[in-house]
Amino acid sequence: MGINSKPVVFAVLSAAVILVGTVVTVFVPLFMPSTQPASPYVKPYTAVELEGRDIYMREGCNNCHTQTVRPLRTEVLRYGEYSKPEEFAYDRPFLWGSRRTGPDLARIGGKYPDSWHYSHMESPQRLFQKSNMPPYGWMAMNRLDISNSFRKTSILKYGYSESDVKNQIDEYRATVTSDSYPSKESRDKITPPELRKDLTEMDAMVAYLQKLGRDVKNMEAAK
Amino acid sequence: MEESMSEAGYDYKVVRGFTYSALFWLVIGLVVGLWIAFEMFNPALNLTPWLSFGRLRVVHTNGLGLGFGLAGIFATAYYMLQRLTRTPLPFPGLAKAHLYLFNAAIALAAVSLFAGMNTTKEYAELEWPLDIGVVILWVMFAVNVFAILIKRKEKQMYISLWYIIAMTVTIAVLYIVNNLEIPVTLFKSYSVYAGANDANVEWWYGHNIVGFIFTVPVLAMFYYFLPKATGLPIYSHRLSIVSFWALIFAYLWTGAHHLMLTPLPEWIQTVAIAFSIFLIAPSWGSVVNGYYTLQGNWDQMRTNYLVKFFIVGITFYGLQTIQGPTQGLRTLNAFFHYTDWVVGHVHMGTMGWVAMTISASFYYMIPQICRTKLYSIKLANVHFWLILVGQLTWTVTMWIGGIQQGAMWKATNPDGSLMYSFLDGLVSLYPYYRLRFVAGIIYFIGILVFAWNIFMTTRQQPVEAEV
Repeated sequence: MGINSKPVVFAVLSAAVILVGTVVTVFVPLFMPSTQPASPYVKPYTAVELEGRDIYMREGCNNCHTQTVRPLRTEVLRYGEYSKPEEFAYDRPFLWGSRRTGPDLARIGGKYPDSWHYSHMESPQRLFQKSNMPPYGWMAMNRLDISNSFRKTSILKYGYSESDVKNQIDEYRATVTSDSYPSKESRDKITPPELRKDLTEMDAMVAYLQKLGRDVKNMEAAK
Repeated sequence: MEESMSEAGYDYKVVRGFTYSALFWLVIGLVVGLWIAFEMFNPALNLTPWLSFGRLRVVHTNGLGLGFGLAGIFATAYYMLQRLTRTPLPFPGLAKAHLYLFNAAIALAAVSLFAGMNTTKEYAELEWPLDIGVVILWVMFAVNVFAILIKRKEKQMYISLWYIIAMTVTIAVLYIVNNLEIPVTLFKSYSVYAGANDANVEWWYGHNIVGFIFTVPVLAMFYYFLPKATGLPIYSHRLSIVSFWALIFAYLWTGAHHLMLTPLPEWIQTVAIAFSIFLIAPSWGSVVNGYYTLQGNWDQMRTNYLVKFFIVGITFYGLQTIQGPTQGLRTLNAFFHYTDWVVGHVHMGTMGWVAMTISASFYYMIPQICRTKLYSIKLANVHFWLILVGQLTWTVTMWIGGIQQGAMWKATNPDGSLMYSFLDGLVSLYPYYRLRFVAGIIYFIGILVFAWNIFMTTRQQPVEAEV
């Protein structure tokens, strides 16, 4: 065998062989419309939701929760409308996950009020005694770091100006710190007094969870 | 494979260093594994953010995949490369730097993952500065690989060298393409790909990084150390050629079987299914080659402690490579995906095939380079049975749990409504999770015996080696 005595030729040939499947199933689809459809109903995350998403990533929530509902009868019954490619146009990275130790979250937005999430995140076991989810009450003790929020949205090309980002953050802060915020009681319960007038990591997390799957409802309604 | 030449000039220090590193990260990775296995049925161990399951799981996978797996590969590769080319390492200083930087990088990786710097792309969770570090480490390794191959004194490259070449080339492509990201800060970046494309790139990577770390280089060990340990030549050279090229060709098409029934275009999923089924052939090419190598010498299963590891190891590889493509089929995948079945599948490969093959390779290699005999064959046998029982209990438990969970997710009442809440399904798994934890303890004890045996071997006075 000639090639077995020519290491460089061997390496080049190996590279060529592994690139065939790579090019056909990975590189070519990168440029195909079917992998990146857009929908006017799917909106980018707000700066606060994006911060929440980054916390979701930091805590590795994707290790236990998927974000893609498969087109199977019982799955649609359990979670809601199955996932469409359009929904993920702004997801960098994707967070579909690979294991459901906890339930899928692709349709969690709007399913429960904010107060439910504040209580549940603080102590999953208080709501579900036998849940194995870790408690995340400490997120309410951390002030949300918004120093890179604008930079983040511009890298992701969400099309927000610096003042858009500031407004989004101010608006959301005004919402959750307002006396008329419907989930005020449960938020105050887990937020230390000195942070109650500010945005915490927990607030951003709840904002992100409430965004998940909401656009698809409008998209489906319009069909 | 003749090795009559003097050993003067071979660099075994780096081999030894990577062997110790592999054992160290193996123990650390398993401790983390036990910790998260406990958290699965008792969340009380989520003591601090650093110890919460979401962060620890990636420390476990990276610690064992990159820490133990890669160190084991580097240790055996540096050994095999020198022996099979009959050439001393061209750049021993570079290899030494590779060893130190590797351990520094794994330690930094662990700390950064504990701290939540996590890109969330499975098995590629490290943030961008560490990605650059990994690429540099890989280049340091590749320089020695290709330099020694070019300078080699043995004309023909043996099978194991093909696998090492394929790994060196492919890991570089996979790692760089999947980790393309735009930095936000030193500790945070975003993927350049979005949505379905990001998923497709990630699972092309995720599937093949497992293939080219846990299959290809482990096959290199198998093809080298099995003949060495038994004194029997590989059954068929032709079969190994066909298996090699078919394997590395087909592997790269199959990543999307991890994305079955997701919004990824259906044709990519279907192509992945087809190539996954095809992959059974080259995988079993190596299995058959291994079995037939022992033709007429099966008594070695009893008389030669190393053969047990290799043959049981390759058997798990064979089972793994049938189970994998099968669970990639759309209908079966609809049932099994996202359950513990897949977790069991992965661990048969890692705890069975990979750990057994690396164990036996170390058991053969370390006495060779220390010019001594193994400290205790009895302990090696204890190690074998503990990790076998531990792993089998572990994986079978997860398969049963996975079937149960899949069934409970699907179950409906006569009126068509769901029979079980999500929590019902989870809670029903807790007995399995407890048993899995116990199995993990058994396995861990086996690994401690292994590490102790290797450590004590290196501490013995050198005697004239038999070979």
